[in-house]
Amino acid sequence: MTGTHMSAIAEAPAAAATADARKAGDWLLVATAILLCVWVLLPIYLLIVNALSSPQEVTAFPKRFFPSFDIGSLTFFINFAGVARALWNSVLVATLTMILSIGFGAPAGYALSRFDFPGKETFRFLVLMTRAFPLPLLALPLAVMFIRTGLDDTAIGLALVHTTLALPFAVLITFSLFSGIPVELEEAAWTLGCTRWQAFRKVILPLALPGIAASAVFAFTISWNEVFAAAVLTIENRTLTAFLLQSLGESPLYLKFAGGAALVVPALIFIFAVRKYLFAMWGIANR
Amino acid sequence: MAEIAIKGVAKRFGGFTALHQVDLTIADQEFMVLLGASGCGKTTLLRIVAGLETPSQGEMWIGGRRVDHLPPRDRGIAMVFQNYAVFPHLTVFENIAFGLRMKKLPQQEVERRVNRTAELMHIEQLLKRYSGQLSGGQRQRVAVARALAMEPDVILMDEPLSNLDALLRLEMRAELKGVLAASKTTTIYVTHDQVEAMSLADRIAVMHQGRIVQAASPVEVYRNPAARFVGSFIGNPPMNFLPAAKAANGSWSVAGLTLPGPKSDRQAIEFAIRPEDVEAGEAGLPAIVRVIEPLGPHTLVTCDVEGGLFRAVLESSATVAVGDRLRLAPKPERIRWFDPETTHAI
Repeated sequence: MTGTHMSAIAEAPAAAATADARKAGDWLLVATAILLCVWVLLPIYLLIVNALSSPQEVTAFPKRFFPSFDIGSLTFFINFAGVARALWNSVLVATLTMILSIGFGAPAGYALSRFDFPGKETFRFLVLMTRAFPLPLLALPLAVMFIRTGLDDTAIGLALVHTTLALPFAVLITFSLFSGIPVELEEAAWTLGCTRWQAFRKVILPLALPGIAASAVFAFTISWNEVFAAAVLTIENRTLTAFLLQSLGESPLYLKFAGGAALVVPALIFIFAVRKYLFAMWGIANR
Repeated sequence: MAEIAIKGVAKRFGGFTALHQVDLTIADQEFMVLLGASGCGKTTLLRIVAGLETPSQGEMWIGGRRVDHLPPRDRGIAMVFQNYAVFPHLTVFENIAFGLRMKKLPQQEVERRVNRTAELMHIEQLLKRYSGQLSGGQRQRVAVARALAMEPDVILMDEPLSNLDALLRLEMRAELKGVLAASKTTTIYVTHDQVEAMSLADRIAVMHQGRIVQAASPVEVYRNPAARFVGSFIGNPPMNFLPAAKAANGSWSVAGLTLPGPKSDRQAIEFAIRPEDVEAGEAGLPAIVRVIEPLGPHTLVTCDVEGGLFRAVLESSATVAVGDRLRLAPKPERIRWFDPETTHAI
């Protein structure tokens, strides 16, 4: 009796202390979240505001909070010599990257989710490890090799490099996707007369398709955003990122903003569209 | 006609042996239940019959055909899974029709069979729905209808009722029994629920640690357990066991009581009796009452007999109190004896 009484007295300040600590923790969490949001959103906001302002307003001060929705800079940028071609190259390379990453990544993801094989964990780790090599380190040997094999300055050559960047994500996203589909559905299809391939096509594929599409969009975005390999490995057939890096350096400020917006906005939209699956990749439920 | 013969089937996963040399023959149209605690190998055995798992050794025969090299689709089986495995991207109609379309049956026949099995399972009004719009019980019905529509030789069921709530389980159990008897298929049904096993089975195969301990009719399994495990696993509460020391040839001393028993070379064997097969009276096993649980039709009394736990099911009219000293007389014809080393019945 006395024991419980004493511990109750001892617990009261302790409880208050934990409550305080929790409150402080909450504040820290909120503050961090706000800081991170500002960190990400502020540049995007400035970019969009400036891209949608007339050339005079971009250099003017003070800034307006809302843009004037003047599309002068954007139209000028679109009609700028070489932009259309670079845009086409970007789309071409990104599409090839998308096809290659899904073509190789989805089967790997399926195998990882459905089969046990020796070295499975090592393989999963290695898939991630490919991201540990900095591209600048690989760029020079790659450029030399590409020139030797004649892959330099081609869309497919660049797409291959981008595929190595996008593939780990494609494997991991499709892995979590296929793992989320109960194996019993596949087994039920087998007992109902399907071969392995038929079961995949009639049951697994329809269920996985939205996620595969999301993973494809993500691969597309990675290629769309990539600048280093694109700048090193292409000369004539520059993608939009490489083109902007090269030609906007000495352009007026408002053109830089327009170019930046043309790069960032599509990527943002893509990522936003597939965010659910990106969370799924890291095992965070987002429902 | 689909007799199933499992001949010397063993399964090893790495160093772990899930099944040791299992032999079992299931007659055409028989309802066989594989019963055991989780991890006893019953689901593995079912999956080997289905072709979802390859046996490490042994042979599988269905309907006089050796099938262990055949994929599931060529075995003439249909399976109902524990989590139902209803395809979420198809309507109930298309779920039931799935296997029929794989067989490339004409549309008219597909419709006829889907409608017939849907009617049988009382899900006619759900045919246009998706599985996300169904309750667990309804999904279960779809899964069974999908299996029945195939008109298979063999239906395999892997704990089909374990995800349903108690009341629904009771209802589905009776319904399944009727539907499966009418369909005249051979059935293998896996469960860990002994009441389910007793009520459904023509024969029960009790499994323990990768072996079939006994395969017999429900009453036989209950009354004459072939091994100590069967007696301790089946029946709620399970059988009571007491050590028996040799008194003379064919007579054994159990808790101070001398009982006629089997002739054996052993000095000590085990005496076993079901809780409902004892009567409180003037003579019998000396017992001290520890816990009394009135259950309505009868009263469950947990006692100490020779320092061990002993349960007795007594008439609910019996007046007993905690601490009472009772004499529990076992019914002579219900006494069973087990060899403590082999654990087999003597």
